[in-house]
Amino acid sequence: MCTVCGCGTGAEQGHSRSDAHGHSHDHAHGHGHDHSHGGLHFGHGPAGTEVPGMSQVRLIEIETDILAKNGVHAEANRARLAVLGAFAVNLVSSPGSGKTTLLCRTIEALGTHPLAVIEGDQQTSNDAERIRATGAQAVQVNTGKGCHLDGHMVGHAMDHLTLAPGGFLFIENVGNLVCPAAFDLGEDCKVAILSVTEGEDKPLKYPDMFTASRLALLNKVDLAPYCHADLDAYERNLRRVNPAIEVIRVSAATGAGMDIWLDWLRGSLARKAARTAAE
Amino acid sequence: MHEMSLAEGIRRVIEDQARAHAFARVTCLRVEIGRFACVEKPALEFAFEVVMRGSPAENARLEMIDLPGRAICYDCTREVEIMARLDPCPLCGGGRLMPVAGEEMRIKDMEVI
Ligand SMILES: Nc1nc2c(ncn2[C@@H]2O[C@H](COP(=O)(O)OP(=O)(O)O)[C@@H](O)[C@H]2O)c(=O)[nH]1
Ligand SMILES: [Mg+2]
Ligand SMILES: [Zn+2]
Repeated sequence: MCTVCGCGTGAEQGHSRSDAHGHSHDHAHGHGHDHSHGGLHFGHGPAGTEVPGMSQVRLIEIETDILAKNGVHAEANRARLAVLGAFAVNLVSSPGSGKTTLLCRTIEALGTHPLAVIEGDQQTSNDAERIRATGAQAVQVNTGKGCHLDGHMVGHAMDHLTLAPGGFLFIENVGNLVCPAAFDLGEDCKVAILSVTEGEDKPLKYPDMFTASRLALLNKVDLAPYCHADLDAYERNLRRVNPAIEVIRVSAATGAGMDIWLDWLRGSLARKAARTAAE
Repeated sequence: MHEMSLAEGIRRVIEDQARAHAFARVTCLRVEIGRFACVEKPALEFAFEVVMRGSPAENARLEMIDLPGRAICYDCTREVEIMARLDPCPLCGGGRLMPVAGEEMRIKDMEVI
């Protein structure tokens, strides 16, 4: 049983990828999701509740974040990652900026370092298959009509992975520059990917995602000459919406800048380990 | 899409509260929305009406209270209020502002019977 939401999916723990194929089950208690074809599928259908009560008007103070439930799931994920000393990155961007390509390249470069991948898309398990082709373990989450991953989905996806101590967890969010910014998944940080074919003003048009990210990977720099991209303008606009953001120029196609990105990842993991040890 | 998940989040909080406080119906719900929160108010109003059907908050009034947007200016290091996300610092004119408030989406309180 899942200790956070009580929805019973925790029983899936220990299933291997092939075991997860070809069965599906629904939950009747309101947030139905089923597991089939090796991926997780989520949809919503809240169940009605009617509670008989008194007839006097009362004011109840709540002062709760609307996404408080998501926060509970996210914190539970964060705690699981902390126990493992694993570093989790939430990769956010518009569709097609190169998240999956960059991930495949990153996995190859990390060699034998333990890692796992959660792939979020509305439909298909294409990306999880691309990741598995590198030899890494990956689980696909399909959000259906949903435009972002949430803490609940990621918690269940983690049940399907074997996370090793000191490893990386890469979460590729649904391609969307708006909504994923608001949903904490329990990650250590968000990394935004912005490709040079998207236009220099994208950070100004969609500031929230770049404000929420610790690092921006400016991808496809190999294409910069062809689309007259002004890389300094990209960086200026990123810093305009987030003066603290770090920027690394990369090309997932040629491998340019990948060493800096890998150093950044290893450094972040080491700093997390040092922080945890100091506590 | 996003406003639908927010409305579902609100519904979950209401259902928890209904169990904890034993009330039958919510007549009015007040939410605080930061100026920079990623919420389209008319869309939230619409989603609220749809998602609350069959819940204790069916037909409840939804009141949205605006919270100001605040940011730290990296040039003059002061905290300032800004109206729009890309406004310059009203004190020094600087353009490097890090938002510190204005992304809230909170349920403040509710009237129940
Ligand atoms: N030229 C070039 N193409 C790239 C680069 N990174 C990704 N692509 C291409 O961009 C397209 C979208 O990439 P994909 O990884 O599927 O993007 P995602 O939707 O963000 O996961 C594919 O055709 C990739 O081959 C890059 O650095 N340079
Ligand atoms: Mg992808
Ligand atoms: Zn200033």
